[in-house]
Amino acid sequence: MMARMQPATDDIRSMVGMWRQMLRIRRFDEAASRLLRSGQMPGVLHLTTGQEAVVAGSSAAMGPDDLLIGTHRNHGYPIARGGDLGPLMAEVLGKATGVCQGRGGEMHLIDPSVGAFFSSAILGSGLPVAVGTALTSQLQRSGRVTLATFGDGASNEGAIHESMNLAAIWKLPIVFLCENNGYAVTVAASYAVSVHDIADRAAAYGMPGAVADGSDPVAVREAVGAARDRAGAGQGPSLVEAKTYRTVDHAENLPSQPYRPEEEVASWRERDPITSFRGRLLAAGHATAGELDKIEQEVGEEVAAAVEFACDSPFPAPAALWEHMYADPSLNRPAASLSWP
Amino acid sequence: MRELTYLAAIREALIEEMTDDDAVILLGQDIRANLYGTAGFLDMFPEERIRDLPTSETACVGAAVGAAMTGLRPVVDMGSASFSFVALDQFISEVSKIHYMSAGRLKVPVTYRIPLMYNGGVGVQHSDRPYPMFMQMPGLKLICPTTASDAKAMMKAAIRDDDPVIVFEDTYNWSSRGPVADPPAPAPIGTAAIVREGDDVTVVGIGRTVAFALAAAGELADAGVSAEVIDLRSLAPIDWDTIFGSVEKTGRLVVADAAVSTCSAASEIAATVAEHRFEALRAPVRRVTSLPVHSPYTPALEREIYPDAGKITAAVRSVAKQASHGH
Repeated sequence: MMARMQPATDDIRSMVGMWRQMLRIRRFDEAASRLLRSGQMPGVLHLTTGQEAVVAGSSAAMGPDDLLIGTHRNHGYPIARGGDLGPLMAEVLGKATGVCQGRGGEMHLIDPSVGAFFSSAILGSGLPVAVGTALTSQLQRSGRVTLATFGDGASNEGAIHESMNLAAIWKLPIVFLCENNGYAVTVAASYAVSVHDIADRAAAYGMPGAVADGSDPVAVREAVGAARDRAGAGQGPSLVEAKTYRTVDHAENLPSQPYRPEEEVASWRERDPITSFRGRLLAAGHATAGELDKIEQEVGEEVAAAVEFACDSPFPAPAALWEHMYADPSLNRPAASLSWP
Repeated sequence: MRELTYLAAIREALIEEMTDDDAVILLGQDIRANLYGTAGFLDMFPEERIRDLPTSETACVGAAVGAAMTGLRPVVDMGSASFSFVALDQFISEVSKIHYMSAGRLKVPVTYRIPLMYNGGVGVQHSDRPYPMFMQMPGLKLICPTTASDAKAMMKAAIRDDDPVIVFEDTYNWSSRGPVADPPAPAPIGTAAIVREGDDVTVVGIGRTVAFALAAAGELADAGVSAEVIDLRSLAPIDWDTIFGSVEKTGRLVVADAAVSTCSAASEIAATVAEHRFEALRAPVRRVTSLPVHSPYTPALEREIYPDAGKITAAVRSVAKQASHGH
């Protein structure tokens, strides 16, 4: 396992720390995209590009023992929580050294060791599971809070409604975070969602709803942090909606007809959250340009090392196919119905 | 030995496991006051471990998964097999797949009770026998105990298992009584039981068809046909060794299954025996399953579609007759 390159002094909750995490996510995704385009990974890629402030801000708001449950677009969470990039990139490439030994892949990028506990790639399907992790926290009185993320597309799934109601009647320690990036694949939220603010739907469950600027990691950290504190104090769930935008398509390698105005995409790219937050850090004196340049360089080296680790790692051996089907290893072999006498 | 009903045996299993392990919790609609073996639990255990659920099957099935992943051992009462369809995404995308797709980093020790309520006039939408659909999902353990003793032993095994287990309870058996030792005779998940020995024909039954197969075997014995009856009791994994061993002895196989014929458990067993023990067979394999029609409300029609002792007897006679040409 490669050594973690992130300096311990750079607290992920700090202003500069959040910027570093945003940068790590962006550079990780750019590298993964290059690997996809050069034919070194299978399938498709769901990039976080444009949404990094939501991920870094919400990750910074959660406590060290809290649990994050995400979606198909989950690269950012294990990264922003400080996970090692090498095993994450190896998972993207389907390698044996990946966080899930290549069984999960890029839509299930998790690292339970840093609290990026689980992700489900079926829209809305992870929220019931998140209600359950919060139920354990409540019964065990562990103080852990669950952060459950979903998108504007999933906001229309029935599972979300059931989960919010259940979390509310049991007053569970959970924060629902809607990353509203404006589009469910190609269908606009302005068309598919019945309300202007998804946060308004919180009222239906008797829980607070708040809207945050998803381009501003501080705004997200504060909104999610308030909801987290409320949940941790036993006052039940909240819904936070972060307004954001993905400046890339739903997935790399998944061509579609044009579905949104080019000017709209361009205007969001001009307001890129990483660039604008950098300017803000400099203007407020949180860091010097030299310090941020140094972080750029460190992150670049860290990602390059992760790519090297991933590319140099072996694929799982064919015999490993049956591993992990069951917790009981004796069952992880072909059934008699498949193995010929 | 003392006798218990099937439902009382399950109740004992739940009480014992909840007493032994604080991580065991019960979730279900109407469980605090219900008729399915859990009435009175509130007097025995803390309220927070006995959770009535809103009618939100998706959230409830998934919440049990999340709870299991983080240290609890939930037992979820689904009320009726037909209600499990509402939560099918959770069963397929989450329950069956999380352990595999996390390479074992996340464990899902959860138990779902799924009662099969058919041939009771509960109508088209409440009479399903869907276990073959779940057999299509790798990663699940699926059991269908038939006797009171097995019900207790297998429910306890399910709760202690580190993998997700679905317990299909044929409600025909709920009120049936049988001896239950303390502790109950072991009935490991993944094993079948030979419940009557015989030499001429192997009859594999599932749920209530085991009782029908035993009745058929009794009648056939009077006619000089010796049937061996196997209670499958574990649908995943299937105990192929026991089935193969019996077919090697008898050379003939009838599988009785209350699921609809298409892609049924009976189909899987018939195909696998035909592939792997063809040389041992002296007659074609016969399936006795439900007809591929819905379960109508009226008893006049509903009783026509399921396996019964008469249909099993006829199937056994037909293969025994064919076999007589070869011997």
